[in-house]
Amino acid sequence: MTTLPQSTDRKLGLVIDLDTCVGCHACVISCKGWNTENYGAPLSDTDAYGANPSGTFLNRVHSYEVQPPEGTAQLVHFPKSCLHCENAPCVTVCPTGASYKRVEDGIVLVNESDCIGCGLCAWACPYGARELDAVEQVMKKCTLCVDRIYNENLPEEDREPACVRTCPAGARHFGDLGDPESDVSQLVAARGGVDLMAEQGTQPVNKYLPPRPRDRLDDVDVLAPYLEPVTTGPQGFLGWLDRALDALPGGKE
Amino acid sequence: MNQPRIDTSPKVSDEVRRTTCYMCACRCGINVHMKDGRVAYIEGNRDHPVNKGVLCAKGSAGIMQVNAPSRLRAPLKRVGPRGSGAFEEISWDEALDLAVSWLKPIRDTAPEKLAFFTGRDQSQSFTGWWAQQFGTPNFAAHGGFCSVNMAAAGIYTMGGAFWEFGQPDWDHTKLFILFGVAEDHDSNPIKMGIGEIKARGARVVGVNPIRSGYNAVADDWLGITPGTDGLLILSLVHLLLKAGKVDLDYLARFTNAPVLVNGDPKSPEHGLFLRDDDGKELVMDRASGKLAPFDQPGVRPDLAARHRRAGITHRTVFQHMAERYLDDRYAPEAVAGETGIPAKKIRALAAEIARVAFDEAITLEREWTDFRGETHKVMTGRPVSFHAMRGISAHSNGFQTARALHVLQILLGSVETPGGFRFKPPYPKPATAHPKPHCKATPGAPLDGPHLGYVQGPDDLCLTADGSPVRIDKAYTWENPMSAHGLMHMVISNAHAGDPYRIDTLFMYMANMSWNSSMNTGGVMQMLTDTDDNGDYVIPRIIYSDAYSSEMVAYADLILPDTTYLERHDCISLLDRPICEADAAADAIRWPVVQPDRDVRGFQSVLLDLGARLGLPGMVDEGGAAKYADYADYIVNHERKPGIGPLAGWRTGGDGRGAPNPRQIDRYIENGGFWVSHIPDAAAYYKPWNAAYQDWAVKLGLFDSPQPYLFQLYVEPLRRFQLAAEGHGERQPPEHLRERIKATLDPLPIWYAPFEDGHADPVEYPIHALTQRPMAMYHSWGTQNAWLRQLHGVNPLYLPTKLWQAHGFADGDWAQVSSVHGTITVPVAHMAALNENTVWTWNAIGKRKGAWALDENAPEARKGFLLNHLIHELLPARGDGLRWSNSDPVTGQAAWFDLRVKIEKVPPPDRSQPAYPPIKSPVGQGPGTLAWKVGE
Repeated sequence: MTTLPQSTDRKLGLVIDLDTCVGCHACVISCKGWNTENYGAPLSDTDAYGANPSGTFLNRVHSYEVQPPEGTAQLVHFPKSCLHCENAPCVTVCPTGASYKRVEDGIVLVNESDCIGCGLCAWACPYGARELDAVEQVMKKCTLCVDRIYNENLPEEDREPACVRTCPAGARHFGDLGDPESDVSQLVAARGGVDLMAEQGTQPVNKYLPPRPRDRLDDVDVLAPYLEPVTTGPQGFLGWLDRALDALPGGKE
Repeated sequence: MNQPRIDTSPKVSDEVRRTTCYMCACRCGINVHMKDGRVAYIEGNRDHPVNKGVLCAKGSAGIMQVNAPSRLRAPLKRVGPRGSGAFEEISWDEALDLAVSWLKPIRDTAPEKLAFFTGRDQSQSFTGWWAQQFGTPNFAAHGGFCSVNMAAAGIYTMGGAFWEFGQPDWDHTKLFILFGVAEDHDSNPIKMGIGEIKARGARVVGVNPIRSGYNAVADDWLGITPGTDGLLILSLVHLLLKAGKVDLDYLARFTNAPVLVNGDPKSPEHGLFLRDDDGKELVMDRASGKLAPFDQPGVRPDLAARHRRAGITHRTVFQHMAERYLDDRYAPEAVAGETGIPAKKIRALAAEIARVAFDEAITLEREWTDFRGETHKVMTGRPVSFHAMRGISAHSNGFQTARALHVLQILLGSVETPGGFRFKPPYPKPATAHPKPHCKATPGAPLDGPHLGYVQGPDDLCLTADGSPVRIDKAYTWENPMSAHGLMHMVISNAHAGDPYRIDTLFMYMANMSWNSSMNTGGVMQMLTDTDDNGDYVIPRIIYSDAYSSEMVAYADLILPDTTYLERHDCISLLDRPICEADAAADAIRWPVVQPDRDVRGFQSVLLDLGARLGLPGMVDEGGAAKYADYADYIVNHERKPGIGPLAGWRTGGDGRGAPNPRQIDRYIENGGFWVSHIPDAAAYYKPWNAAYQDWAVKLGLFDSPQPYLFQLYVEPLRRFQLAAEGHGERQPPEHLRERIKATLDPLPIWYAPFEDGHADPVEYPIHALTQRPMAMYHSWGTQNAWLRQLHGVNPLYLPTKLWQAHGFADGDWAQVSSVHGTITVPVAHMAALNENTVWTWNAIGKRKGAWALDENAPEARKGFLLNHLIHELLPARGDGLRWSNSDPVTGQAAWFDLRVKIEKVPPPDRSQPAYPPIKSPVGQGPGTLAWKVGE
């Protein structure tokens, strides 16, 4: 049993735009690359070229279809990693104190030297955001690239999580969600950002921006006047053409 | 709290080496982080013009490619039967001696007996030059089975197409309409653009049978029936013309809409343009009422003109267009059934295009001067932009469909104007500024010119004196006169059939022809292994170069192992398939950020070595010694013409034009692997007609003189082929092709049903079948990558709700899928966001057992499958003894997406069918567990 801090100085997290995520998995692989080389044990792959390849990933993209009662179905790409919850059940369930939430920025981390690989935290997380590494037998999870965001060996513009830096569609944003004036908070306010499974009471820091309404092009007929025929029939069209050409700059009118 | 102390500023790497990605064809800039001399981490280069720092899944997974167990290790000589995969390793000297012993006699006697085709080659200006020096007419890259319809339609219509040719004006566009794309063409720039425009609230419309990827984030999705995009586009044209929502001023000034067309059906020039004595197209000047050449200063070309000369009435192109497209054949109600798009939706899209183009027109306060010398105070834009790729072009009506899309953009006045579509240097470049094809082979001598080009009429076809094809792929023949990229998909089939002749050596690079890169995969394997009455292979010798243990390796006699992209020099050249932006010219290099740990060599260096050993002109000096030490030496010192070489940056004396600079590659490396030169603001739009742009392009060496031209709404060269089919002229098509040429080589865009509909009974085969490439994989390469194969390790056949329910499918079920050509048995899955008559799967996930260093029981080899088995390179026999290629009749593009199938539910087999026996792996199988940190 591990305790959570009463509050954190900042609430660093991600804002993920489901309106623009094209499901390309760039974030998944960039994360795998950075976190294999950096914080904690490498993210291993077993049976890598075999019949049942299985590796550790801190971030995965799932795709869900939505079929409205009327109209065309939609496909939503849904990237998912640790949401760095304020009320993180993965921390409170940890028997060794290996899982903890940082006071200064709210990042939830696993101290691998204290992790016994019992898996309780993965079971407690309602999002399935933790994965036990099959080789190292320690729990792996998103670190919000804690070794990038403060890293003085990186140029300042690169001090953001690898997944955010690489996202081609600009669907991932990083910042302090505890500061209502931050860009990410403003974005959440403007776009109606939501908590994932709010009913779980986990108070996730990460937010999701919902897809904008789709398939509204022909809902209303305000566009009809734009297609009003200039005339009817080819001869009539030529008459219109003649008049329209006269009306052009340099024409007769 | 007693928090652990952690190091938040660990050392990132020893060094960053900046080069160019090659995990797909997008060619992004990458920062390769090195630790202890090894690749540790790859990220996007923020300074690079293509990707500006971002990087896709493939790019980030490059470390697993350079470590892939599938990498070939040494030259290989076949020791077992072809197709078995039994090889012995040999030295490079042995390998090159063997290749010379095969190639030298061919060159000395009959150079056409070598067929040299390169696949996903990014060095075509070099490989083409090599083939030209060798002297064979039989060279092309993979464009014929990829997207030549899009490229050729764009070049003939407006001097460029999408992707490498141009891009939407992301900064200004307000409506972006995307027609069927393979999601790696263009990978990161399209994602970046969609993200940018959605962030500011612009509307994205996707037209695609499948709502995945970019179409999943589109604000509106039109789930069109495959092969009917052209009909939808012409319906949009119909509505816009009818409503007068076209840019008449733009059409009159910058296109051939006002050019006068001969209207006498009896005339040998019927349908050709009225020209002056200098050959310039004539227009009627609306101010004076007199004929004038199109480029005469002060002329106001009249779209409504009619002119009688020598008893022949001439009308403008625009009037021909009005007559054709105002016809109710193209009314939304008339096309709704075929396209699967409700008439109301088509009207809504047309109206939204009209609204944005004309009510939301944008103006940039930039003065510019056009080619007639007229100065314009502002640049006016119609902020509607389009992008399309293989989805619309890989059909037998793809050329005309791509033409229709380009014509739609031009009618709106949205090409090369703010908010629309913008060319990237060296484009715009009209068909007339490209070379024509060359095919004259002479023993012991080079070909008479570059292989590939743009024909202007029957005189430019590659035919022998008796009218038979000169080229093994039958490019530039009456079967497909405008085959600007050749027909790689017909090479093996034609060589096997001896039609038009037999060859001696097939030499291929990076093309997985015995698997996912061929139609009729099983048939191709058989052709590659077939023997004649003497027991000799029908295709006597096959040389293949690849970096990896692909399926094709087993079918070659000699393997020249290539390096990975991180171990080699390359140039991404303005002479080739460049990486320019709409605002800048750019080119780039690759350089060996790590050295190969195997006995492999960069293919281009090997080709230069081979060229020197064969004594090919340009590759040896006067004394017969090798002129270039390797490809890097060639990149720096080769000049295509004086002052113009593979790389434009840092030449001695300046950028673009200048003598070779021995430090050029160093300068590229210092600059992050690329060079960029920005276009002046006043030259940034209206490029085909903008005097400032034309001057800039000449200065940079893109052209030798200004080349202003008109957009070709009406493509006169197409009409010249029709005239021949109607009996005019000396060079006549064979009788069996006359009617098809008349019908399909129309100088104005038309739509006709895909050819497959003509032989696969739509009642018996009611379902369209497609493939897509996932964003995280590139062709067959992704599967050897331990990270990427975990993203896409299986490829079910996705079925729409209607078919899923009608056949009573449930999760885990399998289906037998049949076309007129073949049958496969495959796993199925349900997908609702799909055209109701279309099924699809991911391309090239299925693998042959034994290839790519995978376990024979890998899901890719067990449950993965190819649709290729259902698609034939030929149309079914008609009893006329002729072999009709399953290709577009204009360009010869492989009609992959014409495929029609039927399905039935079957009991699950233990693996996908057809199943082929394993091939012996030359590299063994990859390791089980991967867990490492580089540098520890």
